[in-house]
Amino acid sequence: MHLVDLDRVSLRYGEDADGTLALHGTTLQVRDGEFVAVVGPSGCGKSTLMKVVTGLWPPTAGAVIVSGRAVTGPLSIAGMAFQNPTLLPWRTTLANVMLPLEIVQPHCSRLRREWAAYLAKARDLLALVGLKGFEDHFPWQLSGGMQQRASLCRALIHDPTLLMLDEPFASLDMFTREELWLVLQDLWLARKPTVILVTHDLREAVFLADRVLVMSARPGRIIAERAVASSRPRKLDMTYEPYSVGLVHELREHISAARSGAT
Amino acid sequence: MATTGILDDTPPVRRRKPFLLRRKTLRHILPWVVIVGIFLIWEAVVRAFEIEQFVLPAPSAIFASGWQWREPILVNAWQTFMTTAIGFLLAVAVGLLAGIAIGSSTLVYDSFYPALIGFNSIPKVAVVPILVIWFGVGTIPAIITAFLIAFFPILVNVAVGIATVEPELQDVLRALGASRWQVIRKVGLPRSMPYFFASLKVAITFAFVGTIVAETVAANKGIGNLMLVASSRFEVPLAFAGLLVTSVMGIGMYLVCAAIERRMTGWATRGADAMLRGQG
Repeated sequence: MHLVDLDRVSLRYGEDADGTLALHGTTLQVRDGEFVAVVGPSGCGKSTLMKVVTGLWPPTAGAVIVSGRAVTGPLSIAGMAFQNPTLLPWRTTLANVMLPLEIVQPHCSRLRREWAAYLAKARDLLALVGLKGFEDHFPWQLSGGMQQRASLCRALIHDPTLLMLDEPFASLDMFTREELWLVLQDLWLARKPTVILVTHDLREAVFLADRVLVMSARPGRIIAERAVASSRPRKLDMTYEPYSVGLVHELREHISAARSGAT
Repeated sequence: MATTGILDDTPPVRRRKPFLLRRKTLRHILPWVVIVGIFLIWEAVVRAFEIEQFVLPAPSAIFASGWQWREPILVNAWQTFMTTAIGFLLAVAVGLLAGIAIGSSTLVYDSFYPALIGFNSIPKVAVVPILVIWFGVGTIPAIITAFLIAFFPILVNVAVGIATVEPELQDVLRALGASRWQVIRKVGLPRSMPYFFASLKVAITFAFVGTIVAETVAANKGIGNLMLVASSRFEVPLAFAGLLVTSVMGIGMYLVCAAIERRMTGWATRGADAMLRGQG
């Protein structure tokens, strides 16, 4: 059963024919519970792909089907984390994490009645990513890595079946990034949502994903895909094993081919 | 670790400065020093150059006159205060609602902005006679003048605060399927609150200006009227006493607005607060 099914999707920004064509004939399927990473040269339309899948932008052509239904507007079954943590500065960490509960049904109408249960859930989630004790801090009192952890919690609090991650670790240093890979893997193993991760870090893609998709330069479409056959849970050392290194090299070649093909 | 013993066994002892020289104390005292200083220089200049009282009365004469006429001053100040407060509250309500309406839609924003600028360019003194034709001499034209002059900065600030919400923050909510109104309520409004409270501090002083202008032109009560009567009778110290009372009311209301602002939008001014705490 495919949770996400894109059939020859194109997207052009702007209303006339000379607008930027960001996606062209992108076909992509993601199974229920699968962890997929999308890599590609910069500006290839990876972020656009995220916006199309979550319904933030309607495609210019082609069909987007999520969970068996054509996507016509923003999806409430999706959780999203962005490159910037985008936490609301006037809310504490806890209030930020609980934001989706105030909007997404059925939580929205239950929130007041089952406040204690939801509060406990948010606290548990924060503890899981190592933010215990920072619930009442404001975003500006947290480091970049901590903000990104809180942002992950916010994407997960309403138990989305589809988790969309748009380069969530791109602005972090390598050590923090690797730490968060492990956090994300734990979260995924515990709940098994379907994940689409957009990234330009090939090690990250190989470490986290079941399947890595390579996008061409703009206008983007999927030009290659590789399954990652390592067992779970993976350890960071895994990225230095010959198998993974080989995969990273292979993906790298696809991307440089895609880049030179564009110019 | 033994070699670092010299460095870390004695924490640096900072001796506290004497009470009057501490930065925090200074911050509270200096405004009063400045005010008292202005009055002293004023008094000295008036005495040194022997300026006539009907040109520029000395502060001592102003205070004496203010004390002598304290009853009419208090009655009229209360009138001015109430007029201003009603006009100001109307301005807050209308400014906030109109600001939300205008800030939430680029189309509405673009359509209404030129008209609003045009309206705001009209000197409000010029409107008072028209208001008198409509409502007669009295409190109502003053309330409306205070309202007209005060609502514009509130409206503009709220509208700008909502219109400039970062698209990323909007996407966070839109990706969850939030409605337009939810995006405004959860992101637009909280985000515009610092702008709103900043505008209140401007608007309250504007409201006093509006009230006094209207009272001077067309009223039979209020500080503006009192000053008009006083200067027509060459009671110049009394006119100045009226000015002084207006200033005091203005400062008082400003402080109230500033205190509310600090309580409500601490997250936006954390930099300044942290700095003060660090140095205090």
